Amino acid sequence: MNMLTELGLLIRLSRSHQIARRYFVVNGFDGALTMLGLNLGFYISGSVTTSTAVSACIATAIALGISGLSSGYVSEMAEKKRELRELEQAMVSDLEHSVHATAARLVPVLIAFVNGLGPFLIAMLVTTPLWLEQAGFTMPFGAISSAIATAFLVIFMMGMLLGWISGTFWLWSALRTLAIAVGTSLLILLFTP
Amino acid sequence: MATIKRIVLDVLKPHSPNVVEFAQRIADDSTGCRVQVTVSEVDEKTESLIVVITGESIEIEAVENALKSMGASLHSIDDVEVIHGE
Repeated sequence: MNMLTELGLLIRLSRSHQIARRYFVVNGFDGALTMLGLNLGFYISGSVTTSTAVSACIATAIALGISGLSSGYVSEMAEKKRELRELEQAMVSDLEHSVHATAARLVPVLIAFVNGLGPFLIAMLVTTPLWLEQAGFTMPFGAISSAIATAFLVIFMMGMLLGWISGTFWLWSALRTLAIAVGTSLLILLFTP
Repeated sequence: MATIKRIVLDVLKPHSPNVVEFAQRIADDSTGCRVQVTVSEVDEKTESLIVVITGESIEIEAVENALKSMGASLHSIDDVEVIHGE
């Protein structure tokens, strides 16, 4: 059995594609909302330069990525170990040399990677207007306002993705996630001095 | 030298991999053999199977290794057909 087939079997065995997809969306949504909040804070303060905003956004994106990576690994490792122990009890045998043990070792790494990459990539995507402004391009409504608009767009698209996953009408799902972003923005505007 | 032509095994395995993947894996590791799997009992986390393997020369160690790699355990060998070749 070649390595790709083996990997496919491990992924099917542990249903990791479903877990990874869920983590990507959940943490990606975290990344987008965090960046929305951060950029709204910059906008409200009114005195943040583009380079400061880029630095803060990169630092936040890295922190989100590492947080996702470490929390995903620790929680999935514990979960997979428990599943393996329960299966060993049901089988009344040691499964150390089985695909189940290999899955229990490798799947947490895969999940952790997706869990960290999701929020990092989404956060970096939201900050694209800031990058472009720093690289010399002029944004039509300013870099920070464009980053806020990008965050809304990304959140809308994640809603579309959720609609596709759940098999419901994409626009309804996208409008629902957009409403969450609008609600979050209103709270920020209300409570930020 | 005597070669195994047919063997019937009583096997316990977890639900995953499913019966199709399970049978394919045994067949992959037993070149030229025909593998027939029948589910005889299903529990909460495990399945009991009757595995019938037929072929020109069945390598029992290869079959056992395939079973072990999929987390299955061999309960008993219920039937075997061995032929002494030329």
